[in-house]
Amino acid sequence: MVAVTDQFAAPSAPVRKTPKGTFDLIFRNASFLAALFVLVLLAGIMVSMVIGGWPAFSKFGFGFLTSSVWDTQNDQYGAWPAIVGTLSTALIALVVGVPLSLGIAVFLTQLAPPWFKQPVSTAIELLAAVPSIIYGMWGLFVFAPLFAAYVQIPLSNIVEGMPVVGTILYSRSPSGLGILTAGIILAFMIIPFIASITRDMLDQIPSVLRESAYGIGATTWEVVRHVLVPQAGVSIIGAIMLGLGRALGETMAVTFVVGNANRLSGSIMDPGSTIASRIANEFNEALGLQLNSLIALGCILFFVTFVVLVIARILVSRVKSF
Amino acid sequence: MSLTTPSTVRPLPEVTWGRVRQSRRTADRLMKVTATTFTLLAIFVLFWILGMLVVKGLGGLSAATFTQITPGPGTEGGGLANAIVGSVVLTFLGIVVATPIGVLAGTYLAEYGKGSKLADLIRFINDILLSAPSILIGLFVYVIMVEPFRGYSGWAGGVALGIIAIPVIVRTTEDMLRLVPGPLREAGSALGAPPSVVITSITWRAAKSGMVTGILLALARIAGETAPLIFTALNNNFWFSPNLLGGVSNLPVTIYQFASAPYENWQQLAWAGSLIITVSILVLSIIARRIVRGGK
Repeated sequence: MVAVTDQFAAPSAPVRKTPKGTFDLIFRNASFLAALFVLVLLAGIMVSMVIGGWPAFSKFGFGFLTSSVWDTQNDQYGAWPAIVGTLSTALIALVVGVPLSLGIAVFLTQLAPPWFKQPVSTAIELLAAVPSIIYGMWGLFVFAPLFAAYVQIPLSNIVEGMPVVGTILYSRSPSGLGILTAGIILAFMIIPFIASITRDMLDQIPSVLRESAYGIGATTWEVVRHVLVPQAGVSIIGAIMLGLGRALGETMAVTFVVGNANRLSGSIMDPGSTIASRIANEFNEALGLQLNSLIALGCILFFVTFVVLVIARILVSRVKSF
Repeated sequence: MSLTTPSTVRPLPEVTWGRVRQSRRTADRLMKVTATTFTLLAIFVLFWILGMLVVKGLGGLSAATFTQITPGPGTEGGGLANAIVGSVVLTFLGIVVATPIGVLAGTYLAEYGKGSKLADLIRFINDILLSAPSILIGLFVYVIMVEPFRGYSGWAGGVALGIIAIPVIVRTTEDMLRLVPGPLREAGSALGAPPSVVITSITWRAAKSGMVTGILLALARIAGETAPLIFTALNNNFWFSPNLLGGVSNLPVTIYQFASAPYENWQQLAWAGSLIITVSILVLSIIARRIVRGGK
């Protein structure tokens, strides 16, 4: 037996020499290294932010987070106003953007006639393709003046002197720029992400569920409310978290419209700043400790968005397999 | 028999649940109207933005826009030639950096790493990088490439754009390779082809159009990126040197700097640049979409 197989093997051996073996190995290792590179990237970003921001963290300690001083003359820096600005613009973006996105997803999956669905889907997704700087220009030159004239000024006249509302909604300088404007622009930027994921999730729900609900006489609203939303609920929350991740780190659009004021204000109509807008504004003129403080801001932004995105991905992926 | 209602048939007691019915109908109608309005609002905003670009951008667009370089402060006229070429160079650099890494990593996830814990982790991290704020990637490249070499450069800009493009390419490559039916690979292996040959000449070929779409999408994604370029490629009003050291002019940062400047020709150029960049990106994304739908 051994002899026979040897006879067969022997003549074919010189025909197929083994360079393919080495290519195979190289290709496999190259693709493995490329995949590892993705991990290295994330680790690299994390490490570089921590190291770059370290001088600021070690000088100011925990106070860096809570201090609202940003004084380039005396080299004193604190992140609080930027953190508050980032969170409040992102929160406004969610308050405005989430109902819009869910409405769009429901329209696309339940209400739109088939011929209308595709073009509308594309239009919504193209909202995501518009570069962020273009949203900034639209916000600054088109939206802000209208917002100042038709919302800020009339609203300020109405709420002036009222308790609480008079603080939150009163604009001292009705220029149209401010936290609320930035939040509204952000809302339109995150709509395509939340709406398209929600649409995909609603499309995945077995139509038997929908049909049986209609069969017992439910209206479309009741089907959405009691059948679709409970089924897709977790992944919708995941989609919203993804949108939140976007809103937190969005830079150019916010830099144009947030007003870039370095102080805290009780009013969402007043100018403020976010972590990203502060970095974009000051980075190129910053030296020494100011530069480190800006990178430290980036470090905070990194960890906040990282946590938000991890939760988002876990929630979205869990439902994919139902 | 007759059309008149027999007196024995009593009308249904409508009073008690008639009202419930009405409120259910109202809620339903309210929801439908709201959902439709929201959708129309979003589409309206898209066309509002595009309309704004056309109205304000077309006026600033002329032959000089494409032939002359960006004007200095207070200088008359000028164009965007250096910024357009710079943007093309940077975007191209980014794609050149990202394509091999992205395609290979996507291949690993789809072909070699099936079911492995490491591949799951990499896929997860890649999804996170996909939505990570681009400004952080700009800061990262600043720390590793600009600070150590003491100077802004087109190379740093290209690398920053490449890092943004990688996750997009990884994701689409993996998705597209997964669509290739298993028997195709088995047929290749049965002919005696080693895995690398099966992948390069069978799986990749079958998924080619989808993979190209991924690269186009990545291109569309990085072409308008501004934030990472501020810290890496910077910008100026000259032709950049061929070695790409020093600032490299590019459209997004030019728009950013010109838009709110006090010079009228700068503002005009910012609008023209916005129109050029948005139209190119929208065309790219629509082409990518077409390829996907044609492939299916």
